[in-house]
Amino acid sequence: MATDTLNPRSWLYPTPRGLYCEPGDFYVDPAVAVPRAVITHGHGDHARPGHRASLATPETLAIMRTRFEDMPNTVQQPLAYGESVRLGEVDVRLAPAGHILGSAQAVLAFKGQRIVVSGDFKRRPDPTCPPFEPVPCDVFITEATFALPVFHHPSDAGEIGKLLRSVDTFPERTHLVGVYALGKCQRVIKLLRAAGYDKRIWLHGALLALCKLYQDHGIDLGDVAPVSDAILETFRGAIVLCPPSAMADRWSRRFADPVAALCSGWMGVRARARQRGAELPLVISDHADWPELTQTLKDVGAPKVWVTHGREEALVHYARSIGIDAEALHLAGREEEGA
Amino acid sequence: MQAFAQLLDSLSFEAARIAKLRLIETYLRAAPDPDRGWALAALTGGLDFPAAKPALLRGFGQEKIGEELFALSYDYVGDLAETLALIWETDPAAGPPPSLGEVVETLQRATRTQTPAILKRWLDALDSTGRWALLKLLTGALRVGVSARLAKQAAANIGGQPVETVEEIWHGLTPPYRPLFDWLLQGAPRPSSNAGGAFLPPMLANPIDRAELDVLDPAHFRAEWKWDGIRVQVASSGGVKRLFSRAGEDISGAFPDIVEAIDFDGVFDGELLVRREEAVAPFNDLQQRLNRKSVTPKMLKEHPAHVRLYDVLQLDGEDLRGLPFDQRRAHLEAWMALAPRARFDLSPLVSFHDWAHLAELREAMKSDGIEGLMLKRADSGYLAGRPKGPWFKWKRDPMLADCVLMYAQRGHGKRSSFYSDFTFGCWRPASSEAADGTRELAPVGKAYFGFTDEELRWLDKWVRDHTTNRFGPVREVAQELVLEVAFDGIARSSRHKSGVALRFPRISRIRRDKPAAEADTVDNLLRLLP
Repeated sequence: MATDTLNPRSWLYPTPRGLYCEPGDFYVDPAVAVPRAVITHGHGDHARPGHRASLATPETLAIMRTRFEDMPNTVQQPLAYGESVRLGEVDVRLAPAGHILGSAQAVLAFKGQRIVVSGDFKRRPDPTCPPFEPVPCDVFITEATFALPVFHHPSDAGEIGKLLRSVDTFPERTHLVGVYALGKCQRVIKLLRAAGYDKRIWLHGALLALCKLYQDHGIDLGDVAPVSDAILETFRGAIVLCPPSAMADRWSRRFADPVAALCSGWMGVRARARQRGAELPLVISDHADWPELTQTLKDVGAPKVWVTHGREEALVHYARSIGIDAEALHLAGREEEGA
Repeated sequence: MQAFAQLLDSLSFEAARIAKLRLIETYLRAAPDPDRGWALAALTGGLDFPAAKPALLRGFGQEKIGEELFALSYDYVGDLAETLALIWETDPAAGPPPSLGEVVETLQRATRTQTPAILKRWLDALDSTGRWALLKLLTGALRVGVSARLAKQAAANIGGQPVETVEEIWHGLTPPYRPLFDWLLQGAPRPSSNAGGAFLPPMLANPIDRAELDVLDPAHFRAEWKWDGIRVQVASSGGVKRLFSRAGEDISGAFPDIVEAIDFDGVFDGELLVRREEAVAPFNDLQQRLNRKSVTPKMLKEHPAHVRLYDVLQLDGEDLRGLPFDQRRAHLEAWMALAPRARFDLSPLVSFHDWAHLAELREAMKSDGIEGLMLKRADSGYLAGRPKGPWFKWKRDPMLADCVLMYAQRGHGKRSSFYSDFTFGCWRPASSEAADGTRELAPVGKAYFGFTDEELRWLDKWVRDHTTNRFGPVREVAQELVLEVAFDGIARSSRHKSGVALRFPRISRIRRDKPAAEADTVDNLLRLLP
């Protein structure tokens, strides 16, 4: 598969605007508006408005249209999982990343060399998207959000069990669950349903559009309703989902003595959970934890690994210890949020 | 162990007292014996193991993932026990996790050399919360914000008993407290309290002010100074001598000077003070002696402890609590007259003829060691708890300072959407050679009560509208709002940037009318020092 003479950095490299593929003349998840972008998934630090052309899965494009007022000025090029397209001299394919609805890895092939830009990914099952597909490659670009051995995300069912146990212990309080609007929100609803919780789940207004989009994609969320529609509802014992920022907002005052639950991979570390004001931290993450990251390096078998956004140092150290040629790749515009 | 670990985990994130109680009660009801008894012992500080040394845990971690990755992990998490709990992986082949009872009973028998191997087996079998709780238990620092009294309150609640009845028998009980739970939950007889050195639940006073006094007949009341130390009980019976805090915590270990001086059989109510010659030292001096398991000879010499007696509850085996105050006082005075006692003296009665006279005496008393006055009905017995009517505390008027709001932090529970914890400061020169007179604010304290609900809403809005910077849940605000802060005392402190620490600060008024530049200076505060 590899050609010994070709330096991968010669055709795919970081620039201030983002990761640039020269022979294809496109950027992957650029930080600013560019002529041509390949987008791995719909989160704000990967998908931005204003590109002249965007290539992504049909689901990701639908998410971008919902977030960016239909993007009338962007040429949208849908590419379903598994299909290929040629951009310039580069073959581009999108493989499932298991992160959120529509999330993909960009599989780029040029002169017999294959680089996989994994975007954000996780390995555990998610009822809202197909699982991560390990693609053998010459260079694997991995995220490192939770790349420290302290991150072992516990089972989703166990964390949802914590939430339901708290609802039992404090039946008179509202459980206010902080979730990111895209992905986490819908996954948490599905996990609650899988745990047998069939009561109405209330939603903050900022979550409505994306929940509708998920439902339109055939993901059944059960009985959900906006908080603003409630009439004579005390919310005692209710589960209400909202963006984390709304928990500190005056909006949350309508609830009786709320329990502040937050769903994020960061909740596994106490100091972080306290910093964020969580009373009920739930470790539910859409990113790979340490065992998933290290397993993935073995699964894709790439001799070269570039590590981006997060704790690069630990993962680079680990990769080198198992004989992989690893280095950190610093990309503009990546944030920690949304984890 | 897993259920106990979940309890500790929940407690560590819960700030509200009532919710903490609910969590502990739920656990105590559901957990089997002897686990719940060991849990209660852990929460009340009654478990003592040969502690696991940090070096042992660090060694475990390095062995598991190597020095470099362990260093990166510890650096990120910042807590050794938590780091180890997180990096360790559960081994499905390790068998079922140990129960709390198994953990405690095994550790009590294990030798120092056996402990590491046992510990590794448990770490393999537990999940990460379980490992965290186990390591917290072993390193001797639970730090989940539960006082011994709160844990006893939870135990009392599951049996529908007042906490005083649990405190009264507590020192006759040993972990895992089987007879206690049999009484609370199974209707077995109440365990007896006649063990030596038992704690008797104290009688507490309600606050009162000048206006409320007018409906009371001064002839029915006795007055005495309210000394500024900590309320204690000196209990000696059946050869067991103990010093208890008001909440029934045994603090004998920190005060061997007091315990050694007990050469009598009786239970006394009094105030623990640091006393040099005749003078009562500031509260700060006493604080140096609190919260220690043992105490150095130097400390004993420089901060000698003393108990000023208020009342007698038991004398030579006779229970005096049913007697009226005047009769107990007569017993106390007669007993004190028998022999001089170096570490004990009598809190004198303050004689007065009417409330106006007493008010004058209260005004005139400037001594730093006095917090105010106590008023006790002459005909009242010694009643456990805080009965309404017989005892009142009439505190000194607080000191006041005008401070500038600097930071606000969000509260918890009902207050989680409100900025309700306020850090305020006073002015000082911006640097030692600030010849140009530039000044800066130095934080002098933090308060989260004193205001009404309406004022809180106003403050919250003000904070949101005047935020200049954010640090997680904390907002820095424009230095424009003056708060009148009330406090009960002031001491020098090297831990505070401003060099002073306020005692019991609270917001007494919002001074919207006052420009921030006219707020007090740190120098003004220093002048209030005793």
